[in-house]
Amino acid sequence: MNIDDIKREFPIFDDKIQNNDLVYLDSANSSQKPRVVVDRIYDFYTKEFSNVGRSVHYLAVAATNLYEQTRLSVQKYINAKDKDEIVFTKGATEAINLVANTFGQKYLSEGDEVLLTELEHHSNYVPWHFLRKAKNIKIEFAEINDNGEVTLEAIKKKITSKTKIISVSHLSNVTGAILPIKEIVELAHSKNIPVLIDGCQGAPHLKLDMQDIDCDFYAISGHKMYGPTGIGVLYAKKKWLEDLPPYQGGGGMINEVKKEGITYGELPNKYEAGTMATAQVIAFNESIKFMEKIGIQNIEKHEKELLDYGLEKLRKNNSVNIIGNPKEKGGVISFTIEGVHPHDIATILDEDGVAIRAGHHCCQILHDKLNLPATARASFGVYNTKDDIDKLDEAINKCKKIFNL
Amino acid sequence: MDLKDLYQEIILDHGKNPRNLGKFDNYNKDAKGNNPLCGDNVHVYLRLNENKKVEDIAFEGHGCAISMASASIMTDMVRGKEEKEVKEIVTDFLGMIKEKDSLETNILKDDEKTKLMSLSGVKQYPMRVKCATLSWHTLTSALDNSDQIVKTEE
Repeated sequence: MNIDDIKREFPIFDDKIQNNDLVYLDSANSSQKPRVVVDRIYDFYTKEFSNVGRSVHYLAVAATNLYEQTRLSVQKYINAKDKDEIVFTKGATEAINLVANTFGQKYLSEGDEVLLTELEHHSNYVPWHFLRKAKNIKIEFAEINDNGEVTLEAIKKKITSKTKIISVSHLSNVTGAILPIKEIVELAHSKNIPVLIDGCQGAPHLKLDMQDIDCDFYAISGHKMYGPTGIGVLYAKKKWLEDLPPYQGGGGMINEVKKEGITYGELPNKYEAGTMATAQVIAFNESIKFMEKIGIQNIEKHEKELLDYGLEKLRKNNSVNIIGNPKEKGGVISFTIEGVHPHDIATILDEDGVAIRAGHHCCQILHDKLNLPATARASFGVYNTKDDIDKLDEAINKCKKIFNL
Repeated sequence: MDLKDLYQEIILDHGKNPRNLGKFDNYNKDAKGNNPLCGDNVHVYLRLNENKKVEDIAFEGHGCAISMASASIMTDMVRGKEEKEVKEIVTDFLGMIKEKDSLETNILKDDEKTKLMSLSGVKQYPMRVKCATLSWHTLTSALDNSDQIVKTEE
């Protein structure tokens, strides 16, 4: 695959940003969008717009078909058994909230334990915290080791007879650690514990096969997969979606509504109340096609090459300290520079068009554990090149110079 | 935008070697502030004597060069001033950071104003304004005995 050709498919790189060529190293936060995705939104609104699933006129039927085609594409892309196992949400955050809320309602009571890890993004902690407040459940955290990984052993250690659900990241957005999710699922299932995987960072970078992983729930963020904002996916095994109560009430999710009572709609409508992010769902199909066209194996290979190159380069750069050293690692390099705060790093790098993120990356538990208030983070997407990493390295040197290091 | 406006020598100096960093025993007012966006935090301690004068002031916390320098310069500047004067300086400083071109208060000497104006570079970096203002809002909160933790985000 030719990265220059791929990069040309992203209009954001056409123009200079603040007089610089954009070196975008913030894809773990959100990826840039290929032209096909942007155009699809425009075309849908200008030529094909209608709400879906309600009216019988031509546009409504066509829009409904397009909307359902994305569901089929996602099903195929993640190898889910059934299309009804794909629920559209506003993002991965809503997908996790959906599970915490409905599973919590039905299956959690005082003293029950939810097992997370110290790596989790706030979106895979705060929804469970709500249950801790409302139902007096307990939250346990599997610990990270010195490499910034969470091992199967660490998970095993925290499972008790009270553990009712395990919810873990596929890939850490800070250390880049790839968790042994298949083994975690196997272990959990041997104890009859369901598993939710927060796949925000997994889905854009790793091959997904729901039937192989065998997890009960998998949360996906669309905007990190070269797709529009406002769209995510909850994959859930059909047995759970049939068993759990609805999440939000409203139009589209009902079967029959009477003064005396209400029955709910069939899957997947049961979990898609109200008008959904129609244009985004339809455009998300283009993101899936875009990734399929390149091939996830090629994306993985390219990002691994970038990661190895980046790690080698930054390790040679004195006073740069790389956070974590996981054996299985995705395209994320978090780092600090002795004597320069990450926010100062980010501002100085930005001056040269190098866009990174600084802060706690919504992982305060992890940063507390690392005893760091903040880190700087460079993360990769399919459009990044080794040249981007060279520019990152040069900008870091400039930063050191300003701070007289 | 020019990085040299933001990272002036004085900022780098105060950022690297913040004055009045730490805590002293007989403080009678304090307040905490944090910036949820970046996880930076500051805790301002001060002692107001019977004449409402700031007898001593210090701060604990961690943050970027801008926020550390701002807290460092601020604590230097308000020590020995009366509460009323401190509040006037805070208002003047926040006004300058947000919109005004210069400082207007007569309480500060020219060299003190020059020192404070070194922070005016953040105006060109809207995302960094909060780094410069956090300790100042926290100082106000301490003076007002507010139990609210100052946050840069609503």
